[in-house]
Amino acid sequence: MPEISAGDTAWVLVSTALVLVMTAPALALFYGGMVRAKSTLNMMMMSFGALFVVGIIWVIFGYSVAFGPALDSGSFIGDPTAFLGLKGLLNTSALAVNGAYYPIPATAFVAFQAMFAVITVALISGAIADRARFGTWLMFSAIWVTIVYLPVARAVFYFGDQDANGGGFIATKIKALDFAGGTAVHINAGAAGLALALVLGKRIGFGKMLLRPSNLPLVMIGAGLLWFGWFGFNAGSALGANGLAGVAFINTFSATCAAVAGWLLIEKMRDGHATSLGAASGIVAGLVAITPACAYVDTWGALSIGAIAGAITALAVGLKYRFGYDDSLDVVGVHLVGGIVGTVLIGFFGTTSVNEFSANGLLYGGGASQLVKQIEAAAIVLVFSFVVTYILGTILSKTIGFRVSRDEELEGVDIALQAESAYDLVDSSKGSSKGKSA
Amino acid sequence: MKLVTAIVKPFKVEDVKAALQAQGVNGMTVSDAAGYGRQGGHVEVYRGAEYTVDLVPKVRIEALVNDSDVAKVVDAIVAAAKTGKIGDGKVWVIPVEDVVRVRTGEHGAEAV
Repeated sequence: MPEISAGDTAWVLVSTALVLVMTAPALALFYGGMVRAKSTLNMMMMSFGALFVVGIIWVIFGYSVAFGPALDSGSFIGDPTAFLGLKGLLNTSALAVNGAYYPIPATAFVAFQAMFAVITVALISGAIADRARFGTWLMFSAIWVTIVYLPVARAVFYFGDQDANGGGFIATKIKALDFAGGTAVHINAGAAGLALALVLGKRIGFGKMLLRPSNLPLVMIGAGLLWFGWFGFNAGSALGANGLAGVAFINTFSATCAAVAGWLLIEKMRDGHATSLGAASGIVAGLVAITPACAYVDTWGALSIGAIAGAITALAVGLKYRFGYDDSLDVVGVHLVGGIVGTVLIGFFGTTSVNEFSANGLLYGGGASQLVKQIEAAAIVLVFSFVVTYILGTILSKTIGFRVSRDEELEGVDIALQAESAYDLVDSSKGSSKGKSA
Repeated sequence: MKLVTAIVKPFKVEDVKAALQAQGVNGMTVSDAAGYGRQGGHVEVYRGAEYTVDLVPKVRIEALVNDSDVAKVVDAIVAAAKTGKIGDGKVWVIPVEDVVRVRTGEHGAEAV
């Protein structure tokens, strides 16, 4: 067993905190500013809600199901009792294990992966803005992370025990490349978002009324903070302070710059203006697309993936109007489409020149074999997530109810569900105290 | 007494205020307003989705003036608010039956 490395441990712990920032507050701000003023707080609370619910599940049995020893041979999930309550991991000598020992504490790996589970669930909330019941959302978060995220994360992220036995089937059998979660996080969340948008139905006024963002400065702050946190997400996935982290870091930067250029170019040509929402969206699209590829491509690959993702997602966000599904904040257009673009393009741009664990893609003399694996992995996660989420959403909808009443939706979910208002801009709306205090 | 109401472009508020002060009008009420006239609305685009925003932001200025001052006050507002482009706004005058100054209880012209 290796000795614990101070540098690696420090980097993984810092990365963990960076990935937390992606959910709270970055995604909450990004989504919260994009909805109407009457839904801002509820939108932000959906991110914060996913955070605390998934966090509790993760430390009790989530980590064990995703990264513990298999329940039985051939099982798609880990034994929830193996690390129940992080049993055996909270001692100072336990090392992280994922196909081999890593010179970082097991607890650092547990915490790092917790943040991935959290943001994957939080991402879904953008598809059902303005109309979901908060309690049902929390229950959905708990069940979805258990039956969808944990098995998918195991399939994609788990490389087996210290002797590399029993790893997830996408990682070790199909051998698809997904460095930080193009499939497990983005395709997974995007497909789930599409399913929930279909289950809950359109918002009142979708496609007819003015449903424009209420606070684009919040969206810009959120996008910038997402980029900041994403360095932890991608470069932190090297699980060490090393050359691989550096490759992932700079590619995360280059691809995202190219994606902003791609998105704004499409906007300028199509709509005549380069918008701030377009720049913010381009940032996220680029980050999503480079996530699976960041440690496997060179600069030209990163710039190409970013530019292609920026342009394609800028076009993809219009699909919901054509097909009539109200994916309110474009979880499908940005995360599902961006995730597919990044995952599949590894099959074109992958190169072993940056990382011996990469594979040469179609454009780097490696033929189509990696491309086929990438498409296979993307398709499996997409179909599994969509089908299971659709069934889960329908059950919750038919039993405890997933959507607020028409009156609550019109009044706004902030007042209806949280009993708060995001903005107090009108003096005459100031009420008097009812003399009740906590 | 008359109530002069002017709907003007938001960036013309300072000019109109200065013009009214020059005419000796020593009180006014200013509020944000939204509406449309011949100017119509404008188009905003979010992620490629076009929204027609019918109601254009304007500012409403209201001032109470004595009958003898009405003509020159209206002229001053029109001169100050005019850009010559569509959407410059409107000014109208309506009669006021009574005015009371809250602090002193004065009525009528004394309270203007």
